[in-house]
Amino acid sequence: MNVATEHRPAPRLDLERIQADFPILSEQIYGKRLVFLDSAASAQKPRQVIDAERMVYEREYANIHRGVYYLSQRATDAFEAARETTRAFLNARDVREIVFLRGATEGVNLVAYSWGLDNLKAGDAIVLSTIEHHSNIVPWQLLRDRLGFEIRVAPVDEEGQIDMAAYRGLLDERVKLVAMTHCANSIGTVTPIREIARLAKEQGAVVLVDGAQAAPHLPIDVQEIGCDFYVFSGHKTYGPSGAGALYGRGELLDAMPPWQGGGEMITRVTFEKSRFHEVPHKFEAGTPNIAGTIALGVALDYITGLGHEAILAHEHDLLDYAMARLGEINSLRVIGTAREKAAIVSFTLGDIHPHDVGTILDREGIAVRVGHHCAQPTMDRFDLPATVRASFGIYNTREDVDALHDGLRKTLEIFA
Amino acid sequence: MFDLQDLYQEIIIDHSKRPRNFGPLEGANRHAEGDNPLCGDQIKVHLIVDGDTVRDVRFEGRGCAISTASASVMTDTIKGKPVAEVKALFEQFHRLVMGEEEPGSDVLEVDRLGAFAGVRDYPMRVKCATLCWHTMNAALEGQDDPISTE
Repeated sequence: MNVATEHRPAPRLDLERIQADFPILSEQIYGKRLVFLDSAASAQKPRQVIDAERMVYEREYANIHRGVYYLSQRATDAFEAARETTRAFLNARDVREIVFLRGATEGVNLVAYSWGLDNLKAGDAIVLSTIEHHSNIVPWQLLRDRLGFEIRVAPVDEEGQIDMAAYRGLLDERVKLVAMTHCANSIGTVTPIREIARLAKEQGAVVLVDGAQAAPHLPIDVQEIGCDFYVFSGHKTYGPSGAGALYGRGELLDAMPPWQGGGEMITRVTFEKSRFHEVPHKFEAGTPNIAGTIALGVALDYITGLGHEAILAHEHDLLDYAMARLGEINSLRVIGTAREKAAIVSFTLGDIHPHDVGTILDREGIAVRVGHHCAQPTMDRFDLPATVRASFGIYNTREDVDALHDGLRKTLEIFA
Repeated sequence: MFDLQDLYQEIIIDHSKRPRNFGPLEGANRHAEGDNPLCGDQIKVHLIVDGDTVRDVRFEGRGCAISTASASVMTDTIKGKPVAEVKALFEQFHRLVMGEEEPGSDVLEVDRLGAFAGVRDYPMRVKCATLCWHTMNAALEGQDDPISTE
């Protein structure tokens, strides 16, 4: 399996060490070993992240950007260090281009209401794709209902890949924004995001990339992608829930009005007028998730420490192995077979409803997601109400795949 | 430890694979639709209410084994019964799957509704068993808005 090169061996993950880093993996579920195959919904957290968050509260907690005292300075420094870590993780040019938020959903909403309200109007169009998460659909619909622009949808083929010819056909001078996923949470498709962004830019459209699902799997370079906005969530990148980031190109962020108003985002307030802070603080009203954001930085360091090359190799191996083992089951149909794909396998099992599959697997200690995965248009595209989704992360093993295979066999027996 | 067989009893598997009273109902005078946003399942219940009696009932839609079997058993059970009795059964069934009432030798057992008692050990699945009942109840009440389990 290993492609040996003359230069150096392919990087490998130390799986035993990684598993030991995730305390929850030693939990027993109904007396069975936990087989966690739902990282695409939310990933588990390594000890380093848990410790970092606890450390903040135990040793260095105070509100940030306010106090003149030692603890406040320390918390502020740690918070801003996480911003630099996030900048490096996304390869943004400037640390000012990183806005901390609750997560990807809040990032899309910020762009919709700050950039969108000022820049979209009736007669304009925006382009989404069929395989978007609801978080990159609903904010635009809410705004469309207020402003009256048109939403166009780039379709996907039978494999779940963006139909690039159809996408090109949607682009004209009316298109002001393309908002597209980097990796589809429901079926794992990795989109040709550089090409998508390049074509959008040719039309002068602004490009937002939903990276919530890509961030734990793929190396990200916002400059190489050429996007204007990129959003992701900490909880999917082995970090805390309620902490995430928006990358915005500096010139755009500078020109955008604040979204939420409050403390922290101002320099001077009178009842006649308020003056706003510079970016990114202009977009960070109120006390943020201080400890969570600091721990997010630790989670990103953890991923970077393992190395994207090794993570990709490991997850590709798991994906290939899962496709082979699940392929042994005749009645199993995989939804989403894109050539470029993250380690996410969405499937149906004969006529058995995904909820029944999920309940039976649960009793085997196997956690999978069943349902529409917050991507109902994707389900509609494949004419399904729901699928079973097994998604893999850095801590999963081939044994986990075997357990899934056996659990599915048991499900078939119960419904025989 | 819960046994999966308590949930997926033979009668439930049977009704889920061969649902009774499935399809449109000609001459129906009451309809309602129900959604389970958790799984995207939808159900339609059609009734012919004649005076104080549920003369006929059928259902359509796709759902999990629990929800399909529940709708199938429900339609079998309530057909021909007085509306007041159907409403009482709904209340009783609800208490049963919530674990507030034990399956006994009463009407629930007779009518095979007792098979759904195992659902109480699977809180995430209670809605699957009750969606058809809520929808049927809405049809009886003449509500037009889709019923949601949320």
